[in-house]
Amino acid sequence: MKSLQQMALLMLVGTASASASAQELNQADTAWVLTATALVLFMTIPGLSLFYGGLVRVKNVLSILMQCFALTCLMSLLWFAVGYTIAFGSDGVEQGAFIGDFGNVFFAAITMDSLNGGIPATLFAIFQMTFAIITPALIVGGFAERMRFSAMLLFSAIWLIVVYAPVCHWVWGGGWLGSMGLQDFAGGTVVHITAAVAALVAAMMMGPRRGFGKVAMPPHNLTLTVAGAGMLWVGWFGFNAGSAVAADNSAAMAMLVTHLSASAGALAWMAMEWIRHGKPSVLGIVTGMVAGLGTITPASGSVGPAAAVVIGLTAGVVCYFATNWIKNKLKIDDSLDVFPVHGVGGILGTLLAGVFCSTQLGVFSGNGFSDGIDSIGGQLMVQATGVVATFTYTAVATWVILKVVDLMVGLRVDADEETQGLDLVLHDERGYDL
Amino acid sequence: MKMMTAIIKPFKLDDVREALQQVGIAGMTVEEVKGYGRQKGHTELYRGAEYLVEFQPKVKIQIAVSDGQLDAAIDAVCKAAATGKIGDGKIFVAPLEQGIRIRTGETGEDAL
Repeated sequence: MKSLQQMALLMLVGTASASASAQELNQADTAWVLTATALVLFMTIPGLSLFYGGLVRVKNVLSILMQCFALTCLMSLLWFAVGYTIAFGSDGVEQGAFIGDFGNVFFAAITMDSLNGGIPATLFAIFQMTFAIITPALIVGGFAERMRFSAMLLFSAIWLIVVYAPVCHWVWGGGWLGSMGLQDFAGGTVVHITAAVAALVAAMMMGPRRGFGKVAMPPHNLTLTVAGAGMLWVGWFGFNAGSAVAADNSAAMAMLVTHLSASAGALAWMAMEWIRHGKPSVLGIVTGMVAGLGTITPASGSVGPAAAVVIGLTAGVVCYFATNWIKNKLKIDDSLDVFPVHGVGGILGTLLAGVFCSTQLGVFSGNGFSDGIDSIGGQLMVQATGVVATFTYTAVATWVILKVVDLMVGLRVDADEETQGLDLVLHDERGYDL
Repeated sequence: MKMMTAIIKPFKLDDVREALQQVGIAGMTVEEVKGYGRQKGHTELYRGAEYLVEFQPKVKIQIAVSDGQLDAAIDAVCKAAATGKIGDGKIFVAPLEQGIRIRTGETGEDAL
């Protein structure tokens, strides 16, 4: 298992043994990570924005686009100010188990010539910034169509610093989960579980949209959703293959397994609807694709192509049932199904990485256990620890943040405003004038 | 004069228009409408959320006809719009008091 965790180690050992000056800029790696950074930003704007925007009712389409866009801007500045240093600290400083050192507030320890492994430190910082952008943007789906814009900004800002940055440190920044040997190549725990648990907690605390379960709330424009889904798929190559932080064989394998899992997940979800409902739906096939992508994300540096197909198929079926269960049985209005797709997928993928990383599974073999671990059982324990820790910490912290924000500005628009739609009430605009 | 209103399946509009033209009906007004009768609505499914859509899309045609043309017009619509399946639609006929051609000021059957 290479990637971010190894990079964190490199940063630690860097000055101690080999010394930072021995590092040389690798131009191939730099070129690829520059490209991957653009791809990951492309996932949020416009990919996720369009994907989500099409799923809401016509009166709320702008509110979704606005939330994603404003989050892109705000999270970037916060990552620059304190997020990055909490997650990754600074070069040559021994990192604590829970948060990074504060040497990189406002990127203080990064210059144009600083290196991080074989790539410029500036590049690593902005590559990671694009992950810090999409994670809060994913949460938007949980409270869509009813949250006040000011509350959303305040919540997301605190959440980035209190939840995302520390969890990122635990796994990728030299913290306790990474040191334990947790295999999370591109963010099953760091991105998908944190975002999805936050979305679920927000949906439960804020309550369902008015009329949920009684009034029809079909997506207003599935054409936008399918276009956004396609952009997400392409952008995900940067997300997963970019997480190799190198232009090497591990990046290429990550891209291959990512693509196979997306394909398998899409077909699996389509087949489930075809069998159970009688018709294959467009929304179904693209949702299965996202499930396949979210699920392979943590495993994309650990598994081989045959395992990726198994992971994708499992994701399509399990996330399909999870979506039905949460919506129709638990009656939780996670408006755009963030938890059943990203959360269930993230958990599933993090656990399956622990199985399919084994080199003893014939055609389903992967790239091996983490150092010091010699069995599937041992690796699974570490993976499960990562899942439980991330899930629990995110749930508790998100609950507290939402309580505080509710006291400060109020989380939800009032009933009349919600009926009118957030576009007119919060932004004085309409999405379409047809 | 009579005002004839026909509610038909949308894909039958061209057939009905041609049939009416052949019996000498020179003009009509068409609207896309929604409604239901014996043919109930359909369900839509979005990620497990099932919605019953009660209203079916239909096309509403309005034609003003002279008393002499009425039977031929009804016959033409009935033949052209029929599929034999539930949901073929309905025809309503009501008395029409007056008609005026705006350009010339002609009234009554001369205005049709």
